[in-house]
Amino acid sequence: MLPVKPTNKHPQIIPMQGFIEHLRLNNFSLGPRETELALSVITQTTGRQAEDQRRLKILLTSCRDEWKKFDDLFEAYWIKAGKEKAKHQTTSPNSKATPKLLKAWRDHLKEDNKGGSNEIPQIESLGQGNNDGEASGRLIASEKTSCAKIDFRQFVDPTEIAEAEALAYKLALAIRYRLSRRRRIEKRGRWLDFRRTIRANIKYGGEMIDLRKQSLPDRPVRIVAFLDVSGSMKHYSRFFLQFVKGLVCQWMDSDAFLFHTKLIRVTDAVRDNNPMRAMTKLSLMAEGFGGGTKLGECLGVFNDNYAKQVLNGRTIVMILSDGYEVGPAETLAQELQRIKKRAKRLVWLNPLLGWRTYAPVTAAMAAALPHIDHFAAANTLDALAAIEPELAKL
Amino acid sequence: MSQTRSLKTKLAEVNYVADDNLATALQLAIDLNRPLLLEGEAGVGKTEIAKSLAAILETKLIRLQCYEGLDAASAIYEWNYQRQLLSIKISETQKQDTTKVEQHIFSEEFLLERPLLKAIRQEKSPVLLIDEIDRADTEFEAYLLEILSDFQITVPELGTIKATSIPHVILTSNGTRELSDALRRRCLYSYVDFPSQEQELEIILSRLPNIEALLADQISRFVQELRKEDLEKLPGMAETLDWAAALSNLNIKIIDQDFDILQKTLICLLKTERDLKSITPEVTSRLSGKAA
Repeated sequence: MLPVKPTNKHPQIIPMQGFIEHLRLNNFSLGPRETELALSVITQTTGRQAEDQRRLKILLTSCRDEWKKFDDLFEAYWIKAGKEKAKHQTTSPNSKATPKLLKAWRDHLKEDNKGGSNEIPQIESLGQGNNDGEASGRLIASEKTSCAKIDFRQFVDPTEIAEAEALAYKLALAIRYRLSRRRRIEKRGRWLDFRRTIRANIKYGGEMIDLRKQSLPDRPVRIVAFLDVSGSMKHYSRFFLQFVKGLVCQWMDSDAFLFHTKLIRVTDAVRDNNPMRAMTKLSLMAEGFGGGTKLGECLGVFNDNYAKQVLNGRTIVMILSDGYEVGPAETLAQELQRIKKRAKRLVWLNPLLGWRTYAPVTAAMAAALPHIDHFAAANTLDALAAIEPELAKL
Repeated sequence: MSQTRSLKTKLAEVNYVADDNLATALQLAIDLNRPLLLEGEAGVGKTEIAKSLAAILETKLIRLQCYEGLDAASAIYEWNYQRQLLSIKISETQKQDTTKVEQHIFSEEFLLERPLLKAIRQEKSPVLLIDEIDRADTEFEAYLLEILSDFQITVPELGTIKATSIPHVILTSNGTRELSDALRRRCLYSYVDFPSQEQELEIILSRLPNIEALLADQISRFVQELRKEDLEKLPGMAETLDWAAALSNLNIKIIDQDFDILQKTLICLLKTERDLKSITPEVTSRLSGKAA
């Protein structure tokens, strides 16, 4: 291929660099190699703009979202000469501007949250002789244990709230940590490792005396979390949001959705390692927040649009909701059944279950129960920690 | 442009109707020697494009079907253990030094080629189709990185094997899993959508030359309308062709000629129980009314 060097022969180089920069601001991941190729593509131009646009699109996009966005970005940059550029730009990563959260959202998420930090929680290990990386994954009891048994509703003091949130976040990390490092306990592997066996047995003249075996580590399961952010969940949703954020940030194979009267996919927003940008995105999504719950309908939307891509035989679906449903119970049951067809386990965490007097008697909850594999309380940190074994098994 | 157009014509000659995006993508992939990642719903002809490309370039098609648990041994290379064992036995009788034996049995003679290794060791650049890459594990993507960017494979016992000819690589994905950025960055990208009505008609006519033109037109319109319905699995191009062939074989001349047959042959298009139930005779008659 024609190697393109930044010389005067390429009058396009400055605008092209600008265009690549423009795309980068819109979260395209492009390196210098792409700039080079883009120049070479343009150098061999056919003089037809549609064709050039198509070629750049194929070269510079790398996923469906970018594929859809590209034409607008191209037009904004080349045709409208940057006049409308600002329209498509998200906040530049370098900019110091700190977008404010919507008021509704501020109750549910701290603004200065360090969501993207890669802090690994302290893990209680099994002590000596654990060469296989097995760790129990439980959080070491710390001075914060005191709040582990308190219902989330009773946290009033902002610092207490912050502590509990941080714990919820760490708890999620700890669960993930355990699963991904889990090895099969059987010391003898299930399969022969031929390559090593042969090598080890050359000295015996090909007599297979010293057998080497392999075993597969368990692949972590996929988690899909649905978080109820309706009015009735007000006291719990910010803890759960931290919990879900922790899970999704560290667990590559996961998806998160919020629902109230509408369903919103928040995986990318939550996973964004720039906490400020994550908050901005979440606040944009918070429209309609705090209203009633239409879980059945929302799950229907999920089943129609996402289920095929998101669910598989190794998926655990986790619903965090109090089950106060506005829509008809039959819809909920029907949609849960559809989810169950595609996913392996359905776990429902209901904060109200932790109350002594609560019984799942609402029509929606009663209709949902037969489809749920594990129904648990989730009103305290202890309760959240207790679901870990449920996530570990398929 | 002329290149792209001629590629399009050539593809049409082997009965593949490509739109401008796809033709440009293929041309770029050939020109830049870069792998091409095609994403899109099942049944839009992603796999077929690789076959057609091999046909017009008059070269071999090497296909690697991905699945969960696919590993290097079945995708790249494997040692021929049986031969190695025999060889050890023979050298035993000749009282050879073990280091020499080891060197001997881990030489090229004992290497079994799997699709990826095979693809980079051809005389003439083949088309390498890595089908449904999203089904393979994330770990497997890592194996691909070295092959796709440098076209070389490292075998620990042998060293690095460089490509004798650079294959035209086409990867397809149904989007069941998000692919890693590293892999995406090494590829050109194109999203393949369901064909437009005109294209679909063209495809039916080119694949089934004996079909009535009017029927083909109505079929393409019907399927376009059907895709707008609330279905679990949208019918792809292959399904349309099956259905067209079925109707044509049943001597149907126009789509609403025999309503009973029309309803019964919908099994060619609808592949789940729920979809079959949701397209009731009333819906069918509404859709065929629009198509006719």
